[in-house]
Amino acid sequence: MSHGPATEWKEDEKASRSKAKIGLWMFAGYTIVYSIFIVINVVNPNLMGLNMGMLNLAIVFGFGLIFLALILALIYNAVCGYIEEKTLRIEKLAKKHSGEGAK
Amino acid sequence: MKYTASVWAIIIFVIFVAVVLYISYYFANRAKTSSGYFAAGGRIHWAVNGIAFSGDYLSAASFLGICGMIAVAGFDGFLYSIGYLAGWIVALFVVAEPIKRLGKYTFTDAVDAKYNNRGIKLMAAVSTLIVSVFYLIPQMVGAGSLVTPLLGLPHWAGVLIVGSIVIVIVATAGMASTTYVQFIKGALLLGFSLALVITLFSRGFSTSPDQGGNVPYHDFKTIQVQSVTEESIAIADGAYSVGQQWKINKNGGELSFVELSKNNVDSIWKYNKDKSILEETLFVTNFTDGRTLYNGGTIDEEKFYQVGNLLDIDGKSPAKTGTLDPLSFFGVIKKSDVLLWSKQIISDDSRSITVYYQNPTAGSEILKPGRIYKLDTLKGATIFTRLDFISLMIALFFGTAALPHILIRYYTVPSPIAARKSTIVAIAGIGLFYILTLYMGLGAMTNGVIDLTNDNMSAPLLARSFGIIFFSIISAIAFATVLGTVSGLICASSGAVAHDIMDRFIGIKMTDRKKVFSGKIASIVVGVIAMILGIVFKNMNVSYLVGWAFAVAASANLPAILMILFWKKTTAKGVVASISVGLVSALALILLSQKTFNEVYNIPNVIAPIQINNPAIFSVPLSFLVLIIVSLFTQPKKAAEAEIAGMAVSQPGPVAIEEKE
Repeated sequence: MSHGPATEWKEDEKASRSKAKIGLWMFAGYTIVYSIFIVINVVNPNLMGLNMGMLNLAIVFGFGLIFLALILALIYNAVCGYIEEKTLRIEKLAKKHSGEGAK
Repeated sequence: MKYTASVWAIIIFVIFVAVVLYISYYFANRAKTSSGYFAAGGRIHWAVNGIAFSGDYLSAASFLGICGMIAVAGFDGFLYSIGYLAGWIVALFVVAEPIKRLGKYTFTDAVDAKYNNRGIKLMAAVSTLIVSVFYLIPQMVGAGSLVTPLLGLPHWAGVLIVGSIVIVIVATAGMASTTYVQFIKGALLLGFSLALVITLFSRGFSTSPDQGGNVPYHDFKTIQVQSVTEESIAIADGAYSVGQQWKINKNGGELSFVELSKNNVDSIWKYNKDKSILEETLFVTNFTDGRTLYNGGTIDEEKFYQVGNLLDIDGKSPAKTGTLDPLSFFGVIKKSDVLLWSKQIISDDSRSITVYYQNPTAGSEILKPGRIYKLDTLKGATIFTRLDFISLMIALFFGTAALPHILIRYYTVPSPIAARKSTIVAIAGIGLFYILTLYMGLGAMTNGVIDLTNDNMSAPLLARSFGIIFFSIISAIAFATVLGTVSGLICASSGAVAHDIMDRFIGIKMTDRKKVFSGKIASIVVGVIAMILGIVFKNMNVSYLVGWAFAVAASANLPAILMILFWKKTTAKGVVASISVGLVSALALILLSQKTFNEVYNIPNVIAPIQINNPAIFSVPLSFLVLIIVSLFTQPKKAAEAEIAGMAVSQPGPVAIEEKE
């Protein structure tokens, strides 16, 4: 039974690959920070009680993981947006040039 | 404690239900095609979809369960918040755009896009149904538990109300109405949780919290002990007569309780050996004849107090603070001692007594992990408790991006770019909410609002301490929370039955209208099954089923999704084997775990074969391994291989997908 996606769109293959690669790197970076949180809890749980002003390491790290997710998400979106725009510009230029060539 | 329905709660609830039903009616004509019914026509704006993601994801387990867990155990409950949010990173960076490119209506579409394989269709659909049912049961049971305090109706009525409303939502307009119900619920939940935390800051802390003057603070009594022998205990207060005594070995120490009687009213006290005093407890007595007493009285006598307070503030008692801010809130708790409560069950021939006894704890201890998950050797940590913790964090991290009811939201937006943007909105909304859970949970812990017999009610009861209207709104939102999540789950299940199994696996020839009709019938059947399960599991502690749903999703679905996206040698047989092994191994480990023995089979004295409660640490790597091995042994011949390699997911999907079926 043949079916395609629910909606149709066009996207450059190279742009998709670049975005996927950046996504993987950012995923790897976040996974490392998340793993450090788990490792500290398992290896030296008392370190989580370390005083950090009015807070402790557990809260700073916990909130930090949440804020880091949002910050990385915004950076990722900005980078992807840049790649998509650049691709669009190149496509337009290419179209323009091919149009001029035809003349 | 006794809950009484408020008129405001009923009015707000009825308004909410009316709005939800109107939305379903309004969008009903959008759901006449498969695309409209299963994917809301793919026309939802990314910002709306992002908030709807929040509404879909922030289930009763998040709002009621996490706040309740933090209220009684501190930071350990917040570990769930961290893990649940971190999972969205996998969704954003790895899954969002490719899944949108590959799929059409369901999770099965995406994993099967490269292969058009009947085995994948069946196993992915079965996995969707199992994960959704694991998730559905606690939602339905939660609905039943909420309806009693909110509307004064019995548990089964709550389940039937939620089930019926959700069936109307899904059967009339499918994903379109579900999306807007989730959007409204997500926005309300975020807005009012924020309002609750701000009012909490403005109230500040007190060592004798009285819920804004509405409920007098109960000062728990102590009685001086005069002498103690092996057999008896003598006390200074002659008004009490001494009854039965219990000595219980717990965590290497001894707990000692004594029953006292005054004016024919029994009470249970804990013996504090260090201070040579008896401390008042709270207790629930279940008699074999079916009667239940709360602190020696019936539930109507309201003798079972709400608890939770700071014992001192920076060494001073009595004391109170002024308005707090997000940092000083933690600063005060860190420098204070908190009165927590521990639980012990005592049984004899005619009764089972659940005793809640005082457990003063330094605030600094509450703000770090270790009260639920034993990680410190000095506090009883073992290799199994540590593995359990790691396993839970793995399940939460990898489970989110593999939950079918979350993945289907990617098909409601017009493009992969919109899918990405909506995930970012979801991360912002969900992240904000999870930060608020720590404030709401600790606020409940220190504001004298906890009902020890039902810690899931901590957040709504915290709201009630600010007035009945606030409570009514928060309770109605909690109810809406169940509606939004259950709608999403039933949509996912309906798609798995009607689209994946009936249409694509069995190959029943259907027109587009018939397909929509099948989806609607499937949603009614799944809704009825959910109602039955919600009533059958009423008395079971089912909150951990959500954690298991994450573990099963992470084991069965995520390895297949990731490997299809990023390993060109992945074969259909590898995917089928991976989903099957992930599903079976995760379920087997769960069914053989100690927690299941204790809480599902009710045989706590039998040692289970599996000593960790969360399977992800074994089942996720196993699923990956099986996929790799089976794929390597079932590589297609070169021509076919070249064709499939050309369809790798990192390439934009539409053209490739259309080629293959």
